[in-house]
Amino acid sequence: MIRLSMLDRKLVRDLARLWAQSLAVALVMACGVMTLILAMGATRALEDTRAAFYDRTRFGDVFATATRAPESLKAEIAAIDGVSAVETRIANPVIIEITGMAEPATGMLISIPDHGEPAVNRLYLRSGRLPEPGRTDEAAIIEAFAEAHGFRPGDSFDVLINGRKRHLSITGITLSPEYVYAIGPGDFVPDQKRFGVIHMHRTVLEGAYDMKGAFNSVSLTLARNADRKDVMARLDTILKPHGGTGAYDRTDHMSDAFLDTELTQLRAMAQVIPPIFLFISAFLVNMILSRLIALEREQIGLLKAVGYSNAAIAWHYSKLTLLISLVGVVIGAIAGTYLGQGMAALYGEFYSFPFLVFSQKPDLYVISMLVTFASALAGAANAITGAVRLPPAVAMRPPAPTGYHSIFSGTSEGFRLPFSQLTIMALRHLVRWPMRTALTTLGTALPVALLITSLFALDSIDHMIDTVWFRADRQDATLTFTAQASEDAIRDVSRLPGVLAAEPFRAEAATLRNGHRSRIVQIVGSDPDTDISRVLDQDFGAIKLPPAGLLLSERLAEHLDLAPGDQVEVELSDGQGRRVPVPLVGLTNSYVGLTANMSREALDRLSGQGVRISGARVIVDESRIGELYDAVKQTPAIASVALQGVSRKRFQEVIEENIGISITIYVSLAVIITFGVIYNSARIQLSERARELASLRVFGFTNAEVSKVLLTELGVMVVLAQPLGWLIGRGFSELVAKGFESDLFRIPLIINPPTYAVSSLVVLGGALVSALIVRRRIDRLDLIRVLKTRD
Amino acid sequence: MRSDPPTSTLPIFAVSGLTKVYRTGDVEVRALNGVDLALEAGEMAVMLGPSGSGKSTLLNIVGGLDRPTEGSVKFKGMELSGASDRQLTAYRRDHVGFVFQFYNLIPSLTAWENVALITEVAAKPMAPGDALALVGLESRMNHFPAQLSGGEQQRVAIARAIAKRPDVLLCDEPTGALDSATGIIVLEALARVNEETGATTAIITHNAGIRKIAHRVFTFLDGRIASSEINETRVKPSEVTW
Ligand SMILES: Nc1ncnc2c1ncn2[C@@H]1O[C@H](COP(=O)(O)OP(=O)(O)O)[C@@H](O)[C@H]1O
Ligand SMILES: [Mg+2]
Repeated sequence: MIRLSMLDRKLVRDLARLWAQSLAVALVMACGVMTLILAMGATRALEDTRAAFYDRTRFGDVFATATRAPESLKAEIAAIDGVSAVETRIANPVIIEITGMAEPATGMLISIPDHGEPAVNRLYLRSGRLPEPGRTDEAAIIEAFAEAHGFRPGDSFDVLINGRKRHLSITGITLSPEYVYAIGPGDFVPDQKRFGVIHMHRTVLEGAYDMKGAFNSVSLTLARNADRKDVMARLDTILKPHGGTGAYDRTDHMSDAFLDTELTQLRAMAQVIPPIFLFISAFLVNMILSRLIALEREQIGLLKAVGYSNAAIAWHYSKLTLLISLVGVVIGAIAGTYLGQGMAALYGEFYSFPFLVFSQKPDLYVISMLVTFASALAGAANAITGAVRLPPAVAMRPPAPTGYHSIFSGTSEGFRLPFSQLTIMALRHLVRWPMRTALTTLGTALPVALLITSLFALDSIDHMIDTVWFRADRQDATLTFTAQASEDAIRDVSRLPGVLAAEPFRAEAATLRNGHRSRIVQIVGSDPDTDISRVLDQDFGAIKLPPAGLLLSERLAEHLDLAPGDQVEVELSDGQGRRVPVPLVGLTNSYVGLTANMSREALDRLSGQGVRISGARVIVDESRIGELYDAVKQTPAIASVALQGVSRKRFQEVIEENIGISITIYVSLAVIITFGVIYNSARIQLSERARELASLRVFGFTNAEVSKVLLTELGVMVVLAQPLGWLIGRGFSELVAKGFESDLFRIPLIINPPTYAVSSLVVLGGALVSALIVRRRIDRLDLIRVLKTRD
Repeated sequence: MRSDPPTSTLPIFAVSGLTKVYRTGDVEVRALNGVDLALEAGEMAVMLGPSGSGKSTLLNIVGGLDRPTEGSVKFKGMELSGASDRQLTAYRRDHVGFVFQFYNLIPSLTAWENVALITEVAAKPMAPGDALALVGLESRMNHFPAQLSGGEQQRVAIARAIAKRPDVLLCDEPTGALDSATGIIVLEALARVNEETGATTAIITHNAGIRKIAHRVFTFLDGRIASSEINETRVKPSEVTW
C-alpha cells in the first residue's frame, strides 16, 4: 500500500467531500478539452489531407473557361510570368441516364490527355484503370457517384453527349481535387446520386463536341512567388476573344471554397468555444478554492504554526486543482476522440478524399492538458496566494464578520422598498460580492449565447429556404440548352410532357467595370413579368425588371463600389470587346453567388445579336414528372437540368441531419456549463450561509421560505443572465454569419424570438435542476450543530 | 425586586420522563435521562450544570428543535414529542424566542432589519424599533452586525427573539461569549424583557453567579435535574458579580 502523507490524506478526503462540485467543474473543463481536441483535430485532419491531396494531384491555382479557344493559346498561357504548368481541356455538362433512376442525373464530362497524366488536376485512381487510348466508349467516374449507384469497373451507363446518346463503360473509379466537394447545378449540398464527374480522353471529346484543336477550360498552377492577380488578368486578356468568362482562383473554386468554409468554421470553434469553457472553469475553480481556503483558514494557520512551509501549502491546494483538472482532461480527451472519429466519418460522407485521418497526435492531448492545467491554476492562483499570505497568528483567529451596505433600503423610517427582509438578505449578498455575481451572471449568460449561436442557423436556413426556393427560384426545374436558341425553343419546352408553365431566360458572361474595379459574372436576362423565378429586392419583395438597366446583388455592388444611379461599364464575353455603359437601377437580395439581372429585352439589345435564349425554367405537374424526366433524357438540345424541388429536399435532409447532431452537442454543452456554474454557486452560497439559513429555520421559517433566500439570489443572476446571453449570442451569431460570408454564398443573420426563448428555457431548466439539487441540502440542514459553532 | 414567581394555574411547559439518547455507531450517549420539569408562565429559570450534563439538549427539545427519544413535552397542553417537522416549525415561529451564545444574527441585515425579519411573519409582533428600545439599542438600529460590539449584537438577538411577543424565551449561554460587564447589560435586557412582556424565560449558563437573578434555579448532572431551588430573594443583574 502506498503511504500517503497527512496532507495528501487530507487532499483525498477533501476531494471525496467535494466530489459533486469537483465533478461539475471537471465536466466544464472536459467540454473545453473535447471541443479543442475535436476542432483542432478536425482542422488538422482536413488541412493536412487537403494539402497532401492537392499536392499529389497538382490541383490548379487558377481556372478559366471559354467557349472555344484554339489549342495554340496553351503556349501563350504557359508563357505568362508566374505560370508553372498549364492544362487545357474540354469540359461540358452532360445528362446522365441511369437505369432504375427516374430523375436525370447531371454530370461534368471532362477530358484527360490521351497519353500521360494531366499536368494540372491529376486524378487519383481508386480502382480499375483509366480509359485506354483509342477507345471511344470508355470512361472513368468519380467515386461518390459510383458508390451512390453501386458502380464498379466493368459496369456501364448512358450519357447524352452533344445531343447523342452514348453507352459508356466504366474502366476506373477516381477522385479529383476539383470535386472533393462535388456539387451539381442548382444544388446546395452534394447529392452523390444526381451528380457525377466523368473523365474521357481528349480526342474522344474533341470528336464528340466538334472541338478539334480547341479547348474550353483551362487550369494552371502558379510558381511560388507568382503574382496571382496579374496572371489572372493576363489569362483573361488571352481568353476574352474566345468567350472567356473570367479567370478565378481557388477561393472561388466551388469545391475548395466549401472546404474553406468548413475550415473557417472549425477554426472559429477551436478559437471561441474552448476558451469559453476554460474561462468558466477557471472561475469555478476560483470560487471553490476560495471557499475551501476560507473554511480551512484555521487549519492553514495551524499547519503553518507547526512548520509547514508556504510552498507546501500552495502545492497542497495546487494539487487539488490539478487533480480536478486531470479528471476533466481525461473525460474531455475520451469524448473528443470519440466525437472526432464520428466527425471524420461525417466528413467522409461529404468530402471525397483518398484518405481522411482524424489526427490524434499526442501533442494535441498534451496541449489540451497544459492549457486546462494553466487555466485552472490561473483560476486558483488568487485563492492560493491568499492562503500563502495568511500569517499563522491571524489565520488561527476567526475572520472579521462580513460588512454589508445598506442598499435595498429597509430603514425604520422614511421610504421603504417593498422587499421582505428575506429578499433583502438575498439582494445584499449579491451586491456584497459584485465581481462574483457578475462572473456568475456571465457564466450563466454564456450557455444562452452558445445556444443562440448554434440554433440561429435553423432560423437562417429556414429563411434561406423560404427566400431561395419559395420567393425567388420557384421553378421545379431549370433546363439549360446546349447552345443558345431562338425564342421558338420555349414553345418546344412548353410542349414537353408535364410542363405546366415555362419561362425563358438568357445568360451571358460579362465583365462589369467601375473604374479600376471589375468583376466577371453572369448577367441573367428574364422577362419583366416573370412569375416563376423572381428577383428579390432587399425587403424580399419581387422586383418587376425595369425595361433598361442592371440590377446587382448587394455584395456585387459593394465589390464594384457602385450605388443605384451609377453607371456600370459592361463588356459581354462574346469576343466583340464592346464596352457599354449601363445604369445600375437597383440592388437585389441574393444568398447565392454574385448576381446580375436585367430584363431579357435589354440584354438582347445589349448583345446586339437579336433574341436568343439560354434555357427555360419550368413548373411541372407533379404526377407527370417521370414523363418529363424521360423526355429530358431524350432531348439532345438540353445540356443540363437542375431540379430545384429535389435540391431543396436534399438540402433540408442534409441540414436536418447535421444540425440535429450539432444541436444535440451544443445543448449538452450548454446544460453542462449551466450546471457547473449554478450548482457550484449554489453550493458555495449554501456553505457560506448555512449558519444563517439554519438560524432562519430555528426562528420558525419553513424550508420553502429559507430556500427562497438562496433561490432568489440565484434567480436574480439567472434572470439577469438572459438578456446578457441574448446580446452576446446575437454578437457571436453575427460573427459566425460574417465568417461564412463569401462570394459563393452567405448566411443571413436571422434569429427568431423562439430561438431566444428556447435558449433561455434550456438554461433556465438546467439552472432549476441544479438549484433543486441544492435545495434538498437545505432541507437537511443540521439546525443544532450550526448553533453550536462560531461563524 | 419581586421574588415570587408569577402564579398561574397551568404550567407553560410540562416535561415528564424526558430521555434523549444519541447513537453514533456503537456508542450510545444518554444526553437526558428521565427529566421531569414544569415551567410556570412568566417565570425566569436559570439552568446550571457542568458541560455535557444535558442542558442544551433539554432546551432544544423544549424549543422544538429536536425530538426526545422517550417521554413527553407539553406546551400549554400540546404534545411536542410526536409533532411533525411542519408543526414544530410553526410552533417555533409562533411561540418561541431563541437567544444563542453566538448571536446568530444575519450579517447582511441591519439591527432593525434583523428584528423586522421576525416581525414580518409574526402574528402580533411589536414594532422592531420598540423591541430594540427595550434592549437599549434605539440609537443603533441602522447598524449592521459587523458594526456592533458583541454585547450589542447579543442585545439585537434578544430584541429579535422578543419582538414577536413569544410565550417563551430560551437562552443558551447568552453571555458565554461576553465579558462580565457586557454580560450584565445583556442579562439586564433579559430581566427587563421578562418583566415587561411576561415571557417565560429559561437561561442556560455556566456562571453560578447568575443564579441569583432567577425565580428558580435548576441544576443538571448527567442528564438529570439534580436539584431545583426557588430564590427567596432575587437580585438585579447589575448586582451580580462573576
Ligand atoms: N448530536 C449529538 N450526537 C451525539 N452526542 C451528542 C449530540 N449532542 C449532544 N450530545 C451529547 O449529549 C450530552 C449532552 O450534551 P448537551 O446537552 O449539549 O450538554 P450541555 O449543554 O449541558 O453542555 C453530551 O455528552 C454531548 O456530547
Ligand atoms: Mg450546551
